[in-house]
Amino acid sequence: MSTDVKIPQELGHTQIPTPKGVKLPIYMDNHATTPMDPRVLEEMLPFFMEKFGNSASRNHSFGWTAEEGVETARERIAKLVGATTKEIVFTSGATESDNLAIKGVAEMYREKGNHIITAVTEHKAVLDTCKRLEKYGYRVTYLPVQKDGLIDLEDLKRAMDDKTILVTIMAANNEIGVLQPIAEIGKLCRERGVIFHSDATQAVGKVPIDVNKQNIDLLSISGHKMYGPKGVGALYVRRKNPRVQISAIIDGGGHERGMRSGTLNVPGIVGLGKACALASEEMSHEAIHLAALRDRLRDRIMNRLDETYINGTMEHRLPGNLNISFAYVEGESLLMGINDIAVSSGSACTSATLEPSYVLKALGTGDDLAHSSIRFGIGRFNTEAEVDYVADRVTETVERLRELSPLYEMAKEGINLKDVKWAGE
Amino acid sequence: MSYSDKVIDHYNNPRNVGSMDKNSGDVGTGLVGAPECGDVMKLQIRVNRDTNVIEEAKFKTFGCGSAIASSSLATEWVKGKTVDEALAIKNMDIVKELSLPPVKIHCSVLAEDAIRAAIGDWKKKQATAKPEAVAVK
Repeated sequence: MSTDVKIPQELGHTQIPTPKGVKLPIYMDNHATTPMDPRVLEEMLPFFMEKFGNSASRNHSFGWTAEEGVETARERIAKLVGATTKEIVFTSGATESDNLAIKGVAEMYREKGNHIITAVTEHKAVLDTCKRLEKYGYRVTYLPVQKDGLIDLEDLKRAMDDKTILVTIMAANNEIGVLQPIAEIGKLCRERGVIFHSDATQAVGKVPIDVNKQNIDLLSISGHKMYGPKGVGALYVRRKNPRVQISAIIDGGGHERGMRSGTLNVPGIVGLGKACALASEEMSHEAIHLAALRDRLRDRIMNRLDETYINGTMEHRLPGNLNISFAYVEGESLLMGINDIAVSSGSACTSATLEPSYVLKALGTGDDLAHSSIRFGIGRFNTEAEVDYVADRVTETVERLRELSPLYEMAKEGINLKDVKWAGE
Repeated sequence: MSYSDKVIDHYNNPRNVGSMDKNSGDVGTGLVGAPECGDVMKLQIRVNRDTNVIEEAKFKTFGCGSAIASSSLATEWVKGKTVDEALAIKNMDIVKELSLPPVKIHCSVLAEDAIRAAIGDWKKKQATAKPEAVAVK
C-alpha cells in the first residue's frame, strides 16, 4: 500500500448523518485556542504591508501611524477591564504576562518578603514560574481547591503572613471553566497590603472583569483565547491605589515604560485591541447564548447516558465550558471515536506521563474518572446544530465503548470497583 | 497523535469482544492493569484440555485506542495456538504489528501480561482439578 499520499483517516462508526449546515470537522476546543474573528483579521491587515512602521519610530509618519494603531488598541483593552491606558503593557501572550507579573513582583519586592500564594489548579505558566522562584529561595504556598473547584477563602487568609508579597489566582480555569471569587480575594489582599495578580486568560472577554471593582493589581490577558491572534497578550499593571511596580524580565530599549522591551507586534496588538472592542460590545449577550448552547449539550448527553459526572461547579463557570467524566470509558479512546470533533481530554494518554489531569486530581476526582473526562469549549462560532451532532456522537461512542469495557461489565454485575485488588496497582 | 491503519482497524472492528464464563474449568481469565492507570484489560481463553490448544479467546478493554488494538490483536493471535506457543508472544511483536509509537509501548506490555495472566489462571485451574481431567503430555 502506498504511503506517499496522506489518506484521511476514517475513524469511528457513526449512525448519525451529518446534519445540514454542519461542516466537519467541528471545532469545540475553544479553551485551547479560538479561530480569529474575521473582523479582527480585517482590522489587522493594513498593519502588515501599508502601516508597517515600527511604533517606536518617533520621527516619521510610518512610526506615528503604527503608534496610533497601538494606542487605539491599548485604549480598547483598558476599557474592557476597567483600566487606564498607562496600565496596559503588551507582551507575547499570557504565559509571558504571567512570568512578568510573578517574577517582576518577586524581584521588585524582595526586601519586603519572599512568600507567594497560588493555587494547585493554576495554569503551568503560573505553577512553573512559582517552581522556578522556589529554586531561587522564595516560599510558595499552593492552596488546595474544594470539590467544586473553588479555593476556600479561609485557607487563603490563614496562608497569608507578614512575608507574603503576592497572591496569584486565575480568574477562570482552562480545564473546568470554574470562576474563582476574584473580588473577595482582591478585597482580602487589599486589606492585608498584598499584591494580587490574576491570570485572566480564559476570563477576559467572556465574563466581566473590572480591575477596580475586583481589587486586581495585575492581570494577564491573551489574544488567541478571545478570537484574536496568537503570539500577543497584555499585562495590566496597577498605577494607583496602590501603585504596583514590577521588574522587567526582558531588557533592551525600555519599551512599555521600561516594563517590557522589544519592538511591538503592531498587527498582533491591533488585533488584540479589536478583539477586546468586540468583546466589550458583545460579551453580555454572547454569554447568554453560549450558556444556552452549553446547557443544551450537557442535557442532551446526560439525559441519555448514566454515570456521567460534571467536573467543577456549574454555578460559577465560564458560559461555554463543559467538562464531563464518562465512567468506564477511557478519554483517548472516546476522542478516537469522535475524530470529526475537536475537543480535549483529561486522560493521561494524551500526555507524556501516565498521570491524568492535575486539575481533576485536585478536585478529588479519582484517577479513573479523570482518565474518562472530556473538555468541551463552546465558542462564538459554534451552532446549535453542531451541539446536537456532538452530543449524539459522544453518546453513541460512549455506548459503544462501554460494550467493550470490562469496568462497565463489572459495575453492571454489582461489583464495587473500589474494592477490587487490581493487578496493575 | 496519528494511529496506524491497523490500530484504527482494530478500534473500529475489534475482534472477539465479549466474555466467557470465568467459572468454567476450561476457561482462563486474565485481568491486568488498573483504572487509575487508564488501562484495564480482561482477556479470556478457552483451552482444549486434550490438545492444550486455545480454541476461543475474548477480550474487553478500558483504555486508549492502542490498548484496545493490542488486546484485540492478542485474542487474534492466541486463537489456534497451544498454551505454550501463546506464552511465546512478546510485546514487541505487538508493537511491530501495530506500529505503536514509544509512548504506547506499555499498552503492548499489558496485552502480553494479559495473555500470561489468562494462561496462568487456566493452568492453576488444571492443577487443582481432578487428576483425570488434566492432560498428560
